[in-house]
Parts: sequence; C-alpha cells; structure tokens
Amino acid sequence: MSELTPSQTVGPFYAYGLTPKGRAKWDPNGHYSWKETIGDNLVTPDVVGDRIRIEGGIYDGDGKPIPDAMLEIWQADGQGRYSNEPGSRRLPNTSFKGHGRSACDGNGVFSFDTVKPGQVAGPGGKMQAPHIVVCIFGRGMLRQVYTRMYFDGEAANAADPVLALVPAERRDTLMAKKQGNVWRFDVHMQGDKETVFFDV
Amino acid sequence: MSLIYPRDGLSAYPKHLTPAYKSTVKRAPTKPLVLMPHTLSEMTGPIYGHDAIQDNDNDLTKQGKGEPLGERIIVHGHVLDENKRPVPDALVELWQANACGRYVHLVDQHPAPLDPNFTGAGRTVTDKAGYYKFITVKPGAYPWGNHHNAWRPNHIHFSVFGHSFLSRLVTQMYFPGDYLFPFDPIFNSVTDERDRARMISTFDLENTIPDWALCFRFDIVLRGRDKTPEDMD
Ligand SMILES: [Fe+2]
Repeated sequence: MSELTPSQTVGPFYAYGLTPKGRAKWDPNGHYSWKETIGDNLVTPDVVGDRIRIEGGIYDGDGKPIPDAMLEIWQADGQGRYSNEPGSRRLPNTSFKGHGRSACDGNGVFSFDTVKPGQVAGPGGKMQAPHIVVCIFGRGMLRQVYTRMYFDGEAANAADPVLALVPAERRDTLMAKKQGNVWRFDVHMQGDKETVFFDV
Repeated sequence: MSLIYPRDGLSAYPKHLTPAYKSTVKRAPTKPLVLMPHTLSEMTGPIYGHDAIQDNDNDLTKQGKGEPLGERIIVHGHVLDENKRPVPDALVELWQANACGRYVHLVDQHPAPLDPNFTGAGRTVTDKAGYYKFITVKPGAYPWGNHHNAWRPNHIHFSVFGHSFLSRLVTQMYFPGDYLFPFDPIFNSVTDERDRARMISTFDLENTIPDWALCFRFDIVLRGRDKTPEDMD
C-alpha cells in the first residue's frame, strides 16, 4: 500500500506562480511580475565551469510544439559537484544551485543559461559522462517524466553506465547538439524520434 | 541495480496515458521507460532555504491593496517522506483560481471576473517539523474543454521539493465532499480510492479560527530513501 501523495498535472496555468519572470513578456498588466524563485539562468558570479546556453523545443505525438510544458534541470558544477551533496564534497564556496526551471513559449521553446557540468560518480564509483537531469511537467502530463541531456561528441559518453542501458539506436535522443554557441536539445514525447525517458 | 528510493509507492501515481484525460493521448511516452539505477544525480536535489521566500509570500490575502473576495481559508499540513519522516526546509509553491474559478493566467478564457486583489500564487518553506501554512481564499470550480460540460472540482495546485530530485512532486489538493469528483478525469486518473483520498484535504475544525477563517489540513507525502540507506559515495 502506497503512502505517497499522488502526482497530478501541473495544468496550463502554472506560469504566474512558478515561472513569473519567464512569462512576464506575455503580460502587459503585470500579473506575472511576482519575484521568481527558480529561473532559467543558473549562472552565479562564483560558479566554476564553462558557460553554456541550452535551447530546445518540446513536441507532442503530432510533432506540434507543447507551449504549456515546464522543464526543470538539475546538474553538477564544472567540477562535478552537486550543491546538495552529502559529506565532504558539498560545494564549499559557491552559490551555484544547479537547479533551473524554464517555461516554454508559444512555440514550445525553452532555454537555460548555465555551465557545462563535470563528471560525477555513478554506480560502483564508475564515472558518468557529463549530463544534466531533465524533469518535464505539462498539461496533459499527469506525472513528470525524467530524461537526461548528454553532450554530443563527448568522449566519456562511450563509457557512461546509464547510456549503456539505453538501446544503441535511441541514445541519440539524449544528445544535445552543438549549434554555434548553443547546445540544442529537443524533446519528443512520442513518435520515431521519441526521447528516451527513464524509470527512476 | 541499486534503487535507493523505492519505486513501489509510485503505484499510487496516475498512468502517463489516461485516455479519459484527452491531452495525455499525444503527450504520454509510448515506448517503455528505461529502468536505471539511482546515481548521485538522482539522489541529490536542490534545497531552497528561507532566503527563497519573502514575508507574506504564504498569505495570498495580503498581496493586493485590499482583501480578495471569497471564503478566507487556512491550508496547512506537514511535508513527510514515505517513511513518515518530516521534510524540513522544503520549498512549497502553490497557485490557484480565485473564488470565481478564474486564474490570472493570460490563457484562461473562463468568463468569470478577475479579482484585482488576488493573484493566486504563494510559496513557503517548511519548518524543522516539515510544517507549512498558507492563508488564501477557497478557489472556485471552473469549466474546461476535455468533454461536454467538464468542470474541475475545487483544487489548489502544489509544487513541492524534497531531499532528492526523485522526491519532486507536483500535485493538486482537493476539498472534502466535492460533488464534481465522480466526473473529473484528472482526479480519477488516480485509480485507487485510497490513493485518491490522499489528495483530499480534511476539514480542520480544531484549527479553524473563530470569526475569521475555515481551516483545511493537507499532508504531503514524498518519495523517500529506503529505511536502510546505502552509502551514497
Ligand atoms: Fe487548475
């Protein structure tokens, strides 16, 4: 018997509460002007790591953009340290949180400004390739889905223990692609290009 | 494969694909999810302390020039993990329709009035015992386009952070005895009545404040580490 409070959809109207700044430009009357707690810019002045920008779109089973999805990311800093790590590796000297939240615009497009994460340990102490955990909410989604964003071309990908669990022909759905100064990461909920989602 | 956060409790969650809620049909994954071990990346998660909130962020009746219309209510409870351990320092965010069933959100087309004194968004952080409290007004029911004459039961949306990114929860709090329950595919996406019961607040007469506000209790239970945690390193 479960004790958990069941999940329910975030619905279409979360923006003025959860991502007010991201939607401020939609709102001439200022209803989205509330101070934002969690935004799409993770960069802090003291963060360690190479600055990157992530952009992507999220699409439904008809290939149509999902404008009312919300994405959250969770990542380590450039040295592979999480801000909330138990024990001695806890970030000693930076205010970098490693957590971001982006609303989507009318075209289902989201973005994050952050740093490229370093490697963190996986099962058995084996190092994982640099990756970002992505958690997706939306209208029509009764519970969040989890995926991961990896960096295309990264040598460490070949030995990543989580990628190894993904059928080879689907691994590409987890790869952000470098396009100029941006890492492009599209999410397809269904279809031939359906993104790999994880059972965690 | 090390699964430090048990998955069993997830049986209470709705299925991604719940056709009665039509929008799930094109948005639910169709391929099997890939089972993976819990690594440091899943077992850690952001912690937002009290610096994330401001005074009165938890009082939705004090955000305008005057008081919003509607029944003033107190919503409070504890955030716990599935082993009944309190979750302190948990960021709890909520948003809701006003007393007429209208959201401030630009996309909300329901022809019910906005309330100039109510935005319907609040946030707080739990104390050491996992306790949180909001003051707001009771949200109205509102129609939606899922099927003919579809109306959502009165509800408040909640977003909660726990100790790990696996504990992350977005849910909705309902009110006891709602006559719309049998007709709502979102509420009924949770198929077991005992599981649904945990989304329904209870009327709390003991903490109702005489001559001022009704009180509802809503405890929120998040995924938690196994009782015998393994070393994470
Ligand atoms: Fe709602």
